[in-house]
Amino acid sequence: MRLIEGSEAIAEASIAAGCRFFAGYPMTPFTELLEHFARRLPEEGGVCINAESELEAVGMAWGALATGARAATGSTGQGLSLMQESFSEITLAELPLVIFNMARGQQDYFQSTRGGGHGDYRHIVLAPMDINEAVELTQLAFHLADTWRAPVLVYGDYLLAHVQEAVDVTPTAFPDPPAKDWALDGTRTGTGASRIVSPLGFEKVGRPSAGIEHHLRAIVAKQERIEAEEVRVESGFIDDAETMVVAFGPPGKFVRYVVSQLRDEGHKVGYVRPITLWPFPSDAVAAAAEGAVRVGVFEICAGQMIDDVRLAVLGRAPVRFIGGISTDGSGFGVGPLLDVELIRERILALHRDKEMPPLPNNERQF
Amino acid sequence: MTEEMRQVGHNLPELLLTQEHHMCPGCGEPLALRGYLEAISELSIADRTIGVVGIGCSTTFSMSMDIDLVQALHGRAPSVATGVKRMRPDSIVFTLQGDGDMVNEGLQEVLHTAARGENVTCILLNNGVFGETGGHMTATSVLGQRTKNSLDGRDAAYHGYPILIGDLVARLEGAAYVARGSMHNAGAVARTKRMFKRAFQTQDRAEGFTFVEVLTMCPTGCFVPTLDGPDYMNDTLGEVHVMGELKVDGVVRTTEELREENLRKAAEMEHALARGGIEDHHD
Repeated sequence: MRLIEGSEAIAEASIAAGCRFFAGYPMTPFTELLEHFARRLPEEGGVCINAESELEAVGMAWGALATGARAATGSTGQGLSLMQESFSEITLAELPLVIFNMARGQQDYFQSTRGGGHGDYRHIVLAPMDINEAVELTQLAFHLADTWRAPVLVYGDYLLAHVQEAVDVTPTAFPDPPAKDWALDGTRTGTGASRIVSPLGFEKVGRPSAGIEHHLRAIVAKQERIEAEEVRVESGFIDDAETMVVAFGPPGKFVRYVVSQLRDEGHKVGYVRPITLWPFPSDAVAAAAEGAVRVGVFEICAGQMIDDVRLAVLGRAPVRFIGGISTDGSGFGVGPLLDVELIRERILALHRDKEMPPLPNNERQF
Repeated sequence: MTEEMRQVGHNLPELLLTQEHHMCPGCGEPLALRGYLEAISELSIADRTIGVVGIGCSTTFSMSMDIDLVQALHGRAPSVATGVKRMRPDSIVFTLQGDGDMVNEGLQEVLHTAARGENVTCILLNNGVFGETGGHMTATSVLGQRTKNSLDGRDAAYHGYPILIGDLVARLEGAAYVARGSMHNAGAVARTKRMFKRAFQTQDRAEGFTFVEVLTMCPTGCFVPTLDGPDYMNDTLGEVHVMGELKVDGVVRTTEELREENLRKAAEMEHALARGGIEDHHD
């Protein structure tokens, strides 16, 4: 066990998972992750490139992935906006990209879970609540990406990137993923058995080609299998809960703490913490809402996951938003709302069907 | 010439899976394709060659080339090639892009890849027009060139000036070899093939970034009769994007210098002809 910063822990977990290529462009609060990769990957025989833009970073990772290497990129949501065209096409090219979003708060839920670019794509989104879980989910991300030949995004934030925790980064044992019988090394060039890694559903002349329509349908069919098999969720105190609160990531950890406190005091509240944001744990949320009188959603943004909660609850109980926009003067997503006392007040107001207290204001402007 | 000799199948490059292609009649791109495929075969580097193709007319070559390939996004091939090469440093890695792909959409990609001195070879098929979309102005379209969105000809005041990409690349320290070839006649085709070979050899010696631009006629996109394609290209595009080697062994020659040299050579030739004979020149 070592006391280390989240960024370092995530980089170490990636290396433990076999990641040997990283490319990124500095941006707060993602920068330190890039720094750790830049320092550590060469020591491990890997490569980290300080790309000239996010567009180039994701392109470089794309090339590394095509050779069969484990590779990743990342940014904050703003930088990931630039990369979305590639995420869409990498999904279609069936390459196992791992993406880190050290987001500015939770404003990137839609971007992450809706397929922020063009087309019908979705990719797995893992949302750790703390650094220990980030170490676990980072390694899982590389495993799932290879297993499904699909991108996996790890959703972090300023807190996750910069807080220190005592963690133990040891490689997790996973079953062997499928062999990369599609990867390129150049040795097949000129043999008649050369390969192509393409999002377009093309094959070489003389070989059966799916064609773009069949290819797009096959990708969507794969996404449906992922939806069925890869849901991860944690919940607590839901059996007799009158009030059920849904929250993810580090704010989900705050909510979990507040709910257990309120339980100790005899309040019938419970929580659901989605660990995969896509696929969304709709069944778990629906089951938790079954006996509840009301459902609250706490997010550090204007309310995005609440759409998925409503779709899961389907009117079984009223769904109320209890979070809000809260950030520091620089807009990095570190606002006064992420506070146990304030979250407690809001959950109690929800529980008692009272008016929601006003959002706290960040008085220290840039 | 007997019928048998005319069978192009006998001359099919080894790295081609079919002699059919999806290009228009008179297109220069299949000629360029033949050039670099033959260069790869003749250098015996095929068994470690990986290509990255962009988006444009030449994208369909990806199905007919017997080469390990990655299909990249429009503009992004040099970055993808960077990732490939860094993970497979012993490979020969090349990219294939059109002028819209490289000089419009992805200008900064190729410049940064060159500046980093990545040991990859970027090939630009420059026809001065968006051929695939049906004849639209690109960043290399020359002044006066009529396209579907410069109907009265490219006007500097309204549309801006063409970019001489080879000159930009050649001035970067990371670039080791930069050349501009052309497909307008048999001599140019042969000379361009030598450029491909020099680029791949330079890459193989890990000397830095290598770049071969090839002028390819596009009679469809330039709205000229098929048979006029090569001359039209040479008289318009070729007058601005002058053929020649822009950087060899660290020595940079600008397009302007190439043009002056060509004019001097033409004058010498005329002078020699007027004298009644041409001295034996060794290139």
